[in-house]
Amino acid sequence: MKIGVVTFPGSLDDRDALRAIEMAGGQGVSLWHGSDNLKEVQAVILPGGFSYGDYLRCGAIARFAPIMSSIIIAAEHGFPVLGICNGFQVLAEAHLLPGALTRNHELHFLCKDQPLRIENNNTMWTSGFQMNQEVIIPLKNGEGSYQCDDATLNILESEGRVVARYLGQDPNGSRNLIAGITNERGNVVGLMPHPEHAVETLTGPSEDGLPFFTSILHQLVGR
Amino acid sequence: MAKIIVEVMLKPEILDPQGQAVGNALPRLGFTFATSVRQGKRFEIEMVGQPTDAQMADIHKAAETLLSNPVIETYLIKVEN
Repeated sequence: MKIGVVTFPGSLDDRDALRAIEMAGGQGVSLWHGSDNLKEVQAVILPGGFSYGDYLRCGAIARFAPIMSSIIIAAEHGFPVLGICNGFQVLAEAHLLPGALTRNHELHFLCKDQPLRIENNNTMWTSGFQMNQEVIIPLKNGEGSYQCDDATLNILESEGRVVARYLGQDPNGSRNLIAGITNERGNVVGLMPHPEHAVETLTGPSEDGLPFFTSILHQLVGR
Repeated sequence: MAKIIVEVMLKPEILDPQGQAVGNALPRLGFTFATSVRQGKRFEIEMVGQPTDAQMADIHKAAETLLSNPVIETYLIKVEN
């Protein structure tokens, strides 16, 4: 099973994402922002980092990269895409997910081991979790405050599209403590915390991030 | 030569922690006139000649696709000579 990871100028966590895919038993394939070639991968991860220096708005310029034109078309037809941190910001800018990520409410860049609750295990990226499973996954960003209008928030909540929610103290001012959401179909997921940094206890706080990568592999095998 | 000014502001209902931080700093410096501060962006775009109607339409398109994110922001376009 080939899963692609896009490298934009300024991506930081592309290698960790590739490594997490390999640890989950998949084959990680590096994809380049400047090409529209998806190299026959069966799913794509948009990694964390500061694409294009986060100039203008986080993810705003990356969203127009050649690779994104292929990803947007594919995603609209059910192709699985996971956006982590900056990747989530890119997905929001590309309107593959509703809402936007804005500056953390206390203005600080955060880097902490964050407790979360997984509230939707029906997506292609979260099927390996127990419903309402509590996990600890690193959160590290400056612009992670999830914002959307009331109508969108109602839709997300009523349709169970909040994938992960922050537990404990509010880290960044996100509406309804939203840490991650999915699209209607469940193939596109955006997540502010970094599961690729929680795949082994040697380097992370837990192995709680691994199911994001094993979930997609199981989903792809089952197709 | 015309200069196109595009001003982008967060919508009123969107939290603006940067504006709030500036608003909190003002009274610390003895400036007590402000009741609230919102922070935005200003783009100055130069072009040859006066924009045609078609170019104005393109400027609006650029403002709403790239320069602003309509989910959280509004924009205002002005043309200066």
